[in-house]
Amino acid sequence: MISPLNYRQQTQGLISRSFSNGIHMDALLLLGLLILLSVGLMVLFSAGGRDIDLLLKQLIRAGTAFIVLFILAQIHPDKMRNVAYWVYGLGLILLVGVLVFGHEGKGAQRWLHLVFFRFQPSELMKLAVPLVVATYLTERSLPPTVLRLMIGLLIIIVPSFLIAKQPDLGTSLLIVCSGLIVLFLSGIRWKIILVFIILCPLVFPILWYIMHAYQRQRVLTFFNPESDPLGASYHIIQSKIAIGSGGVFGRGWLKGTQSHLEFLPERSTDFIFAVIAEEFGLIGVSLLLFCYLLVAGRGMFIASQAQTSFSRLLAGSISMTFLVYVFVNVGMVTGLLPVVGVPLPLVSYGGTSMLTILAGFGILMSIHTHRRMMVP
Amino acid sequence: MSSKSQMYSQVILKDHLRETSLVNDRLILAALFAIILFTVVITRLVILQIMEYEYFDSLSNNNHVDIGALPPQRGLIFDRNGVILAENIPTFSLELIPEQVVDIDKTLSNLAMILSLSSDNITELKQHINNQRRFNRVVVQKLLTEKEVAKLSVNLHRLPGVDIVGRLIRHYPYGNLFAHTVGYVGRINKHDQETIDELNYKGTMWIGKTGVERYYEKILHGIVGHRKIETNVQGRVVRESQGVVSLAGDDLFLHLDLNLQRVASNALGDNKGSVVALDPRTGGILAMVSKPDFNPNDFVTGMSKKEYTILRDSTDRPLFDRTLRGYYPPGSTLKPFVALAGLEFSVIDEYMKIFDPGWFKLPGYDHRYRCWKHNGHGYVDLKKSIAQSCDVYFYNLANTLGIDRMHNFLDVFGFGHRTGIDLPSENKGLSPSRQWKRVNRNLSWYPGETLISGIGQGFNQTTPLQLAQAAAILAMRGINALPQVLRYRRKYGEDEMQLQLVVRMDSLEIVSNKNWDIVIGSMIEVLHGEHGTARHIGIKLPFKVAGKTGTSQLFSIKEGEIYDEDNLAKNLHDHALFIAFAPAKLPEFVVAIVVENGGSGSKVAAPIAHTMIKNYLRYR
Repeated sequence: MISPLNYRQQTQGLISRSFSNGIHMDALLLLGLLILLSVGLMVLFSAGGRDIDLLLKQLIRAGTAFIVLFILAQIHPDKMRNVAYWVYGLGLILLVGVLVFGHEGKGAQRWLHLVFFRFQPSELMKLAVPLVVATYLTERSLPPTVLRLMIGLLIIIVPSFLIAKQPDLGTSLLIVCSGLIVLFLSGIRWKIILVFIILCPLVFPILWYIMHAYQRQRVLTFFNPESDPLGASYHIIQSKIAIGSGGVFGRGWLKGTQSHLEFLPERSTDFIFAVIAEEFGLIGVSLLLFCYLLVAGRGMFIASQAQTSFSRLLAGSISMTFLVYVFVNVGMVTGLLPVVGVPLPLVSYGGTSMLTILAGFGILMSIHTHRRMMVP
Repeated sequence: MSSKSQMYSQVILKDHLRETSLVNDRLILAALFAIILFTVVITRLVILQIMEYEYFDSLSNNNHVDIGALPPQRGLIFDRNGVILAENIPTFSLELIPEQVVDIDKTLSNLAMILSLSSDNITELKQHINNQRRFNRVVVQKLLTEKEVAKLSVNLHRLPGVDIVGRLIRHYPYGNLFAHTVGYVGRINKHDQETIDELNYKGTMWIGKTGVERYYEKILHGIVGHRKIETNVQGRVVRESQGVVSLAGDDLFLHLDLNLQRVASNALGDNKGSVVALDPRTGGILAMVSKPDFNPNDFVTGMSKKEYTILRDSTDRPLFDRTLRGYYPPGSTLKPFVALAGLEFSVIDEYMKIFDPGWFKLPGYDHRYRCWKHNGHGYVDLKKSIAQSCDVYFYNLANTLGIDRMHNFLDVFGFGHRTGIDLPSENKGLSPSRQWKRVNRNLSWYPGETLISGIGQGFNQTTPLQLAQAAAILAMRGINALPQVLRYRRKYGEDEMQLQLVVRMDSLEIVSNKNWDIVIGSMIEVLHGEHGTARHIGIKLPFKVAGKTGTSQLFSIKEGEIYDEDNLAKNLHDHALFIAFAPAKLPEFVVAIVVENGGSGSKVAAPIAHTMIKNYLRYR
């Protein structure tokens, strides 16, 4: 007979018996996240025009997101694996629901009004897609067969298409990205990857076809910034001035003129990186980017230390996707990529993306702290 | 057995190790890829922040380039004679940007001295400033006088962050007179923001809220332009460069006639009610008055919440456009149309007479439906029944016609339908039918209801505009010209006017010419007959006018009771109604009048029509 104590010892033969492991937190990762959040709040104070209310709201959102992180960290990865298909199925139903009943705001239907809060099913999909792809691929040994690869692709494409329909092309592409990362990590052959890369240009006409007029406009202005001085290219012009004028050392906290004289639009949300660059200079942004790399690096380390292929794939995808978010946002703000409305993770003002990202890190912590001793 | 299981687990273990190394290899590759991406980003930042630093720094430091929207000038609105009804006048307001003000308290107290602001104003302003983002403009004082502008200009240099801003604002020179029809513009609110093209409204502060201003918002607004504004670090404009000029909105010339509108408004006096006058040949609205009214200019400059609440919650409902939305039982003004129905269905003819003892009884019922004339009209034919507004004649006629035939016939004259006028939020009215009652009240139709429908009471509800339009169709013997406020539209900078043609014109084919003659003849009798209910105004007119009085009850008098005006609350008094068209032979002018709780149609409403017809003659 197994006593509860025995069971605990068996299942939880922890590698380290530290307090943080006991509550399923990873201290290093937590530290990195807290540093990024603090930087975010500090910049937000400046970008938002010293608005304390704005700060408090963001703080409350961060608190809520951390609670979600903590709860997810307590759940054993095997359990997540068990519910993967259910979560994915629910997400699909909600996505269809958004298209049918969704609340339309600024020409896009993304929100579903539930009783107490507004909810974006596409955010759920950001986690559900890598989760379900990792689950599916690890049901058989890796690397996956071509058939399984195709089904994996289908799993990725269906929700992405629904989200692109909303229309939210940015999120849709990011979800495709997170799914492809899982496929890549699962060890698909280089030959197949090569075929993918060759086929890629064929996707562009299809994308162009499903894009809305305003999205096409954005892509066009990306290539020809002078064509739309009141619209999207105005953002880029102003944000480049803000970043460039920051120089090596920056103008100092609360001293950025671009943001404070109202030249920089969306300075609290998508373009907050430009405020950081203006006020803290190249040194400041390099440190920030280094922080992001450290957090993602810790995530990759967790992935490499994970005990099942499922955990490895999931943790790897979450960490890499996090970096991709950072890259897309910074690329957009610095004029490397078209404007696609992706916030800077953990720093931009706004709750939804923060919730998703911290939930992802909750899964990472769960993976890391639920490891068992290898049976000798 | 044991060795077999050992082998199995070895296979798993081997597989597992292979998978682990496979995935780990890929993880390392992914990490390398990530580092490459970040190197690209850092390189980009080095280019922007080190190599191009001086270029961007000069852009940022000396001259901030801002793209400023140039809001277009709103189109003007004129009456039919070119008198301006809505214009744009320049005003100056004092605004400050909290972030750029060094010492808010000191600045405000300085401003208080110059502008003589009260301490209450100051506290309110401070609160407002604290609730705002620090870089948003705050209006300190609107509508500065020239003297104040001069005084402020001298002192502006020692008040950083404070600015005088000039703007064109909408102004309605005739104030209350066109409050409902021309309407007004107001601040763009959240609700408006969802419907407008954001780009085109960049820099626009006002949007049409009611009346012509709202209906023709798209035409009046124009197209936004933009220019580059270079400002220094303090935000002051250094240089403005050429961009794309804005395109002003079109000017509108309405059918409305200022003079006639004024006459109608004065004639209505302090009464609640409305007057609609139109040209039946074009459908052009000549006058449209709804009383009580309000001053639309208050909405442009913005009024306090308290002032607005008083306006909105007043029991007289001044904001409510009675001409388009007010519901009134048409009363006896419906009789000519019912008579026409009777003729059309050959239920009656010109000569048929009935006896009016002062009441009417449905066969098999005891209830007496009374005529307004207690002793009855004696023997009544069609002409007399309209001239003297005999109720019993129409009880009988309605009873013979039945509600369905009556409803279908009135339908053609637009009762129960929007007229389709070019103004927003018109009401439909209600012309009852068996089916309507079943659907809406879930009740079957009673024969008694047919009787009172025949004299325009009961469920019948019409708007004054509907009454005028029905009278116009009658005047034109079945030609229906859609009511229209807009007459011409002028593109900005162009001289010639393009005629805004009447959108729709159709004619009823169902009525024989003779029947029109009979009914219109009876309506002439109302004003010019020996016993006509409006003969007191008919004798003052130099030519024949056709009309019909109406007095619609709001308070049902029980059998045997007498209507006692003196002892009845004012809001239960009868509505006074009158419709008329002139000249009766070749009508050019139709008027419909409703005076709420005015009492008798012939005493109260008809004289207003007389004043208007007289004025119209002079104008012609």
